[in-house]
Amino acid sequence: MSQTDLEIVVDDPTAPEDDSPSVVSSGTVEIFVCLLLLALAVTLGYDNWRTGASWDSTGPEPGYFPFYLSVILGGGSLYGLIVALLARRAASGTFVTRAQARRVMAVFVPTLLFCLVMQFLGLYVASFLLISGFMRFVGKIALWKSLLTAVVFTAIMFVTFDVAFDVIMPKGPLEAAFGR
Amino acid sequence: MEAFGLLLHGFAVLLTWKTLVLMMVGLVLGIFVGVLPGLGGPNGVAILLPLTFTMDPTSAIVMLSCIYWGALFGGAITSILFNIPGEAWSVATTFDGYPMAQQGRAAEALTAAFTSSFIGSLVAVLLITFLAPMISSFALKFGPPEFFAVYLLTFCSFVGLGREAKHKTVISMSLGLLLAGIGMDTVSGNLRMTFGSPELLRGINFLVAVIGLFGISEILLTMEERLALRGHAASISLRVVLGVWKDLPKYWATLLRSSFIGCWLGITPGGAIAASFMGYNLAKRFAKDPESFGKGRIEGVFAPETAAHASGTSALLPMLALGIPGSGTAAILLGGLMVWGLNPGPLLFVEHKDFVWGLIASMYLGNVVGLVLVLTTVPIFASILRVPFAAVAPMIVVSCAIGAYAIQNAMFDIWLMLGFGIVGYVFKKIGIPLAPFTLALVLGNRAEDAFRLSMIGSGGDLKVFWSNGLVGSITTLAIVLLFWPVIDGVLSRVGWTQRTRATSRQA
Repeated sequence: MSQTDLEIVVDDPTAPEDDSPSVVSSGTVEIFVCLLLLALAVTLGYDNWRTGASWDSTGPEPGYFPFYLSVILGGGSLYGLIVALLARRAASGTFVTRAQARRVMAVFVPTLLFCLVMQFLGLYVASFLLISGFMRFVGKIALWKSLLTAVVFTAIMFVTFDVAFDVIMPKGPLEAAFGR
Repeated sequence: MEAFGLLLHGFAVLLTWKTLVLMMVGLVLGIFVGVLPGLGGPNGVAILLPLTFTMDPTSAIVMLSCIYWGALFGGAITSILFNIPGEAWSVATTFDGYPMAQQGRAAEALTAAFTSSFIGSLVAVLLITFLAPMISSFALKFGPPEFFAVYLLTFCSFVGLGREAKHKTVISMSLGLLLAGIGMDTVSGNLRMTFGSPELLRGINFLVAVIGLFGISEILLTMEERLALRGHAASISLRVVLGVWKDLPKYWATLLRSSFIGCWLGITPGGAIAASFMGYNLAKRFAKDPESFGKGRIEGVFAPETAAHASGTSALLPMLALGIPGSGTAAILLGGLMVWGLNPGPLLFVEHKDFVWGLIASMYLGNVVGLVLVLTTVPIFASILRVPFAAVAPMIVVSCAIGAYAIQNAMFDIWLMLGFGIVGYVFKKIGIPLAPFTLALVLGNRAEDAFRLSMIGSGGDLKVFWSNGLVGSITTLAIVLLFWPVIDGVLSRVGWTQRTRATSRQA
C-alpha cells in the first residue's frame, strides 16, 4: 500500500529523544518502593497491634485482620527487596529517561497546580486555566484555539454537572460574583 | 423459561425513551474513551460514574455498562487502523488486523472485529441470563464461611494464575485490603489506621483510588511516549459488512472456541488479556496453515476479539450473582452499585428484579445498538485521533478531578486521587499489577466481615472453612490455586503434564 493511502497522520514535535540518558533504573525504583512499602507495613502493623490484634470475648479485635495483612505486606515487600537487590547485579532496565521525565513533569506539575488553585478559585476557573495553559504552553497550540477550547469545555462541564445533574463542585469568587 | 420471562420484563423496564437515550450517550462516550489513547473501559467508567449519581440505579447502570460496551468496541479501531492497542486485550487483534489494514482491507478487519465482539458478548450475555439466577439462588444458601471461601478463591486465583511475579501480586492485594480497612471498623465501630486524621475517618473510597490509579497514571504514562500517529482511515460499506457476515459460518469453530475460552476466563479472574491471547493461539494451533497468521488473516481478528469480549462481559456474572467482580471494570461497576445503595450478590436477584433484568436486557440491546453504531461511524471516531493529546490530556485530568470530588464532596479526595496517580504510574512501571489492588480495595471490608463472622461463629476455629463439603471444596480449591505454580512445576517434573498432553493429542 502506498504512503498516499495513509490518511490520518498526527505528528508529535515534542516527542522524547530515543537516546536520552537514563535518570534512574527500574531496579533502584523497585528497591525504593519495597522499602517504602516495608515502612508502611511496619507503621500500619504497629497501629493495628495498638488497636488490638488478638481475641477478646466478642471475637477478633478491630486490628486483627489488618494486622495480619500488614505482616503479609511486610513479607511481600521484604521478599521483593531481596529479589530487587539480587537482580540489581544483573543489568536493570531504565525506569525513566531524562526526556521522558521532562514530559511527565510537564503534565504532573500543571496537575498539581490545578489541584492547588482549585481550593482558592474553584473547579471551573482552575479547569479553564489548566486547559488553556496546557494547550498553549505544553502543546504549543494557537492561543485562540486554546482559550476557545478551555471556555467551551469548562462551560460543558458546568452545564452537565452543576445544572443538568446537580452535582455540586468546588466554587470560587467568580461563581460567587454570579450568585452560584 | 423463568429466566426468559424475567428477561422480557427487563426489556419492558428498559424500553423507555429516557433509558434508550442514556444508552446511546453511554455507547458514544464509551467508543470515545476506547478510541482515545490514555483512556479505556475502566478509566472511562470510573471517570464518568459521577454523571450517574443523581439517576435512578437502572438508568445509571445502563449508561455505565454501555460506556463499557462502547469502550470494548472502540479499542479495535485504534488497534486495526493505527497498530496501537488501546487496551492490553487488543494487542492480539493488531497481529492480523493491522496487516489487513495495510493490505487495504481495513473495512473488512473492522467489520470482523466488531462482529466477533458482538458474538463474544452475546454468548456471554446468554450465559449470564441463564446461569446467574441459578448461581444466585444457590448462593442464597451461603453463610459467612462460604462467602469468605469464595473471596479467598478470588484472591488466591489472582495470585496463583496471574502472569506477574507472585510477590508483586501479593503486595498489590494486601495493600488494597489494608487500605480498605482504614477508617471505622464496620463490626466494632472502632477507628483504625486513621492516625488522628479526620479526613481518614471516612476511609479511602475505592473510586477515588481507581480514578487516580487508572486515569491520572495513564495520562502520565501516555505522555511519556511518542504520541505521533500514522494510520489508515476507513469507512465501512454495506457490501463489505454483508460479505464478512456471509462468510461467518466458515469460522464457527473459531468463534465457538473463543467464546468458550472467553466466558471461562471471564468468570474465573483470568481476564480478557489472557482470553484474547489464548483465543488467538488456539485459532493458530487448530489452523491448517498456521504460518499464515500474522500476515492479515481474518481468523486472527475473529479469535482474540470474540474471546476478549466474551471474557469482559462474562466478568459481570460473578459480580451480579455473588458480588465478586471478575475484572477491574466489573469492580468499578460493583462500586457504582454500592453508591446507589444496592447490595451486589444473590439477594440482588430477589430484592431488585427490575434493576437486574433491566441491566441484562441492556446488555443485549446495548451490544446490538453498539454494533450498528460502530459500523456506521468508524470514520468519525477514527478522526478523534487527530485531536492533539495536549488538548485531550488536561480535559481528562479535569474529568478525573470532577469524578473524584463528586463522590464524597471532599477536597481531600482530589489530593488522594493525585497520590494514587503517582502510585499507579510507579506500580505500572515496575510491574506491580493494579487489578488485584482494585479488587482488594472493593472486596476488603466484605471479606473481613465474612471472616470475622465465621470466626465468631466457630469460636476462632479455622476448621469452619472445612465444616461442610461446599465450603471445604471452595477453600481447598483456593489453596490449590494459590500454590498452582508449585503444583504445576511438580506435575511437569514427574512427567504427568506431558503424558496428559500427549494423550489428549492422540485422542
